Amino acid sequence: MKLLIKNGRVVDPASGRDESGDVAIAAGRIVSLGKVNPEFRPTRTIDAGGLIVAPGLVDLAARLREPGHEHEGMLESEMAAAVAGGVTSLVCPPDTDPALDEPGLVEMLKFRARNLNQSHLYPLGALTRGLAGEVLTEMAELTEAGCVGFSQADVALADTMVMQRALQYASTFGYTVWLRPQDAYLGKGVAASGALATRLGLSGVPVIAETIALHTIFELMRVTGARVHLCRLSSAAGIALVRVAKAEGLPVTCDVSVNQLHLTDMDIGYFNAAMRLTPPLRQQRDRDAIRAALADGTVDALVSDHTPVDEDMKTLPFAEAEPGATGLELLLSLALKWGEEQNIGLGKTLAAVTSEPVRALGDALGSLSSSAGRLVEGGVADICLFDEKARWTVEPAALKSQGKHSPFAGYELPGRVKYTLVAGHVAYEAA
Amino acid sequence: MSTLHLNAEALYLDLLSGVRGLLQHDAVLVGIWSGGAWLAERLQHDLKLAGEPGVISSALHRDDFGSKGLASADPTKLPFEIEGKPIVLIDDVLYTGRTTRAVINELFDFGRPASVTLAVLVDRGGRELPIQPAYSAARIALPREHQLRLARDDEGRFSFDIKEGT
Amino acid sequence: MTRNPQLNKHGELIHLLSIEGLPRAVLHSILDTAGTFLSVNDREVKKVPLLRGKSVFNLFFENSTRTRTTFEIAAKRLSADVINLDIAKSSAAKGESLLDTIANLSAMHADMFVVRHSESGAPYLIAQHCAPHVHVVNAGDGRHAHPTQGLLDMYTIRHYKQDFTQLTVAIVGDIVHSRVARSDINALTTLGVPEIRAVGPKTLVPGDLKEMGVRVCHDMVEGIKGADVIIMLRLQNERMSGAMLPSAGEFFKNYGLTQEKLAHAKPDAIVMHPGPINRGVEIDSSVADGKQSVILPQVTFGIAVRMAVMSTIAGNNA
Repeated sequence: MKLLIKNGRVVDPASGRDESGDVAIAAGRIVSLGKVNPEFRPTRTIDAGGLIVAPGLVDLAARLREPGHEHEGMLESEMAAAVAGGVTSLVCPPDTDPALDEPGLVEMLKFRARNLNQSHLYPLGALTRGLAGEVLTEMAELTEAGCVGFSQADVALADTMVMQRALQYASTFGYTVWLRPQDAYLGKGVAASGALATRLGLSGVPVIAETIALHTIFELMRVTGARVHLCRLSSAAGIALVRVAKAEGLPVTCDVSVNQLHLTDMDIGYFNAAMRLTPPLRQQRDRDAIRAALADGTVDALVSDHTPVDEDMKTLPFAEAEPGATGLELLLSLALKWGEEQNIGLGKTLAAVTSEPVRALGDALGSLSSSAGRLVEGGVADICLFDEKARWTVEPAALKSQGKHSPFAGYELPGRVKYTLVAGHVAYEAA
Repeated sequence: MSTLHLNAEALYLDLLSGVRGLLQHDAVLVGIWSGGAWLAERLQHDLKLAGEPGVISSALHRDDFGSKGLASADPTKLPFEIEGKPIVLIDDVLYTGRTTRAVINELFDFGRPASVTLAVLVDRGGRELPIQPAYSAARIALPREHQLRLARDDEGRFSFDIKEGT
Repeated sequence: MTRNPQLNKHGELIHLLSIEGLPRAVLHSILDTAGTFLSVNDREVKKVPLLRGKSVFNLFFENSTRTRTTFEIAAKRLSADVINLDIAKSSAAKGESLLDTIANLSAMHADMFVVRHSESGAPYLIAQHCAPHVHVVNAGDGRHAHPTQGLLDMYTIRHYKQDFTQLTVAIVGDIVHSRVARSDINALTTLGVPEIRAVGPKTLVPGDLKEMGVRVCHDMVEGIKGADVIIMLRLQNERMSGAMLPSAGEFFKNYGLTQEKLAHAKPDAIVMHPGPINRGVEIDSSVADGKQSVILPQVTFGIAVRMAVMSTIAGNNA
């Protein structure tokens, strides 16, 4: 299939390109970028007049609930949600049911995803068997099966001896370990410690739950030499520690979720369970620090932290509700909203969800990393075409995801995806 | 502005003589909050009756609780036994009769009176229940939308408050 | 931010979920109404027909015979029909979801739910999901609020002290876990009490409580010095197992209210307790039974206050 995208504004954060031009695609790859040979005979032409032509989004955290929810068709619906959100590559955490701790499970998941012919799926493997924090998984086998890193997801690892050994083992082979900096004991609350949690009588998660965990992780990194990607920073104090660690030269990257980027604990309002999230929403100071840190590069990537939760598990008293929010279809818009509000140019805004996440993945993508998250001649044609000026209102019932709970329900957001191309084929086309 | 001129003070004097005629030897006065209670207070003094008049509120027995919610009123205070007593109820304006019905129910929560007689300053007709005063100082007709109430100034002088519309 | 779910669009109270967000006038109005009902409770016929034909369902997901009984008495004195549901023993234990339970009860034409739940916020969820004409009274949710207790405590203070704006009130004990303390603090601040002190060890009275508008004191004597009102809170056994306190004995030594400590408060200070009291843990018997204690009147006031709350909300439409 030969595809021609005409008259778009081509924006590639990695190279700094931002100009009008055309893109020619053949055999799943970009053959020309900017100026296309007039001899090129496309089977389809897309008029991208008024649209941004950008690399497809790379989401480092999206839960697809498979294995575990095959009977609900979740892989199908969530992958459809991904392409509707312009996401062409996604990393899923290993807290599935069963956990992704066996190569067979990873292979099956990748196989199923490939057959859907939608976004590229890069699973994270479990760091310990069953995520139980005791026995290491076969990281080499899992990497061969397709894992791009190893993680405990949201399951705390209290045993520092096990954490040290896991980091040591992973660093032997150069694998990246993805860790949530949250202390196993101090992190048990349901809302961020502070005036709001006190007033509402909700058990609090103090900032030290994050900073103590960060100190532990950094110390272990110093003695093991392991590469770590920190998942979902939530506090100003945590970010300050990351800044120091990076300045020191520790091989650390980190991400924040769209939720922490825009919301604070005040948004919990009258115990709104859509705001039941982990990490919890913190205060304004923390949100401001996160917004600034994503802009200055201390935080490398913005993720959706997509977590579909069943209706029954949300219509419960706040503390009993399952944490999580839907996010794949909101990632682009929430990135653009941040960019608009902070006066950050389009290229830099998009970098947070394209080239920078790929950089955080390191060499886990192998040869793909040369073209993932960027528009480059010869690279895989993962492209997102969107209307930057369009605005839409978030109606959870209308989302493609089966996760209908979003803290942004009713918000008017900027940016609408019109086409999503994965490896040169049109995986999504807006109605 | 209403063109109806009612002289509350003059009507009070009529009420005074009317109530005097209704009093049996151990009858007690009970004024319906708020206008009736003011009248009962002055009547008690002018009739040289011993003790204090009772004050009774219709709030707990009203039939419009479901639509209007709990009415605010001073609580019922009856400084005497109800059982076996002749009661003279005093009210400022008698209209539909529903307040009187509620007050009678409230009264019976305290005991079984020997009799209940009603004396009002103004009877404006429009009855929706079979309630009749034994004495009324004035009988007038007012449109439905008009509200009529007794007012009392800081010197204790009575006048009428007429409000048009709901 | 959405509208306060307790108020209808005219600003009238349709549910009582928390004292937060209620204007001072609403609180005073409930207290005034409670006064009326107090006099009803002195009559021969202790019943008024305001809730006649209405069904009040006591939904206690967390057990409490005392509180449930006072609500039952209050509802019956308003002529309501009362149905008690021990949810802990029935449907929830069988795995029925909270909302399914509510839906089933609504199908039985409930008019009012009195809800006690171990999780903060549960009554809000119920109020959100029940039919529009149904009213919800929070009888205690997790650590968050116990608004009827807060109101009856205020009634008690008003009865003995009249003017809120001149008082020093000390609340002593496990404040961080106490829904009673939160409701008391909310009510006291709304009613204009100038000095509210939270007294206890750091594990039970952490510094960040000052965000609620109280002065944190870790020394009992300093905390109750010159106080007009002392509210003692119940100490729960879980605090010992949660590594917050070593023992009840040590708590009593430092924070128990004895005659000796009471002498530091004003000579006419009143001693309150939401009950049930743990003698020798938070309060000495001689103080609990002494002349400054108003613990028993609190119970009497509690019935009148609950009658006031139920009749107020039942009379306002959604």
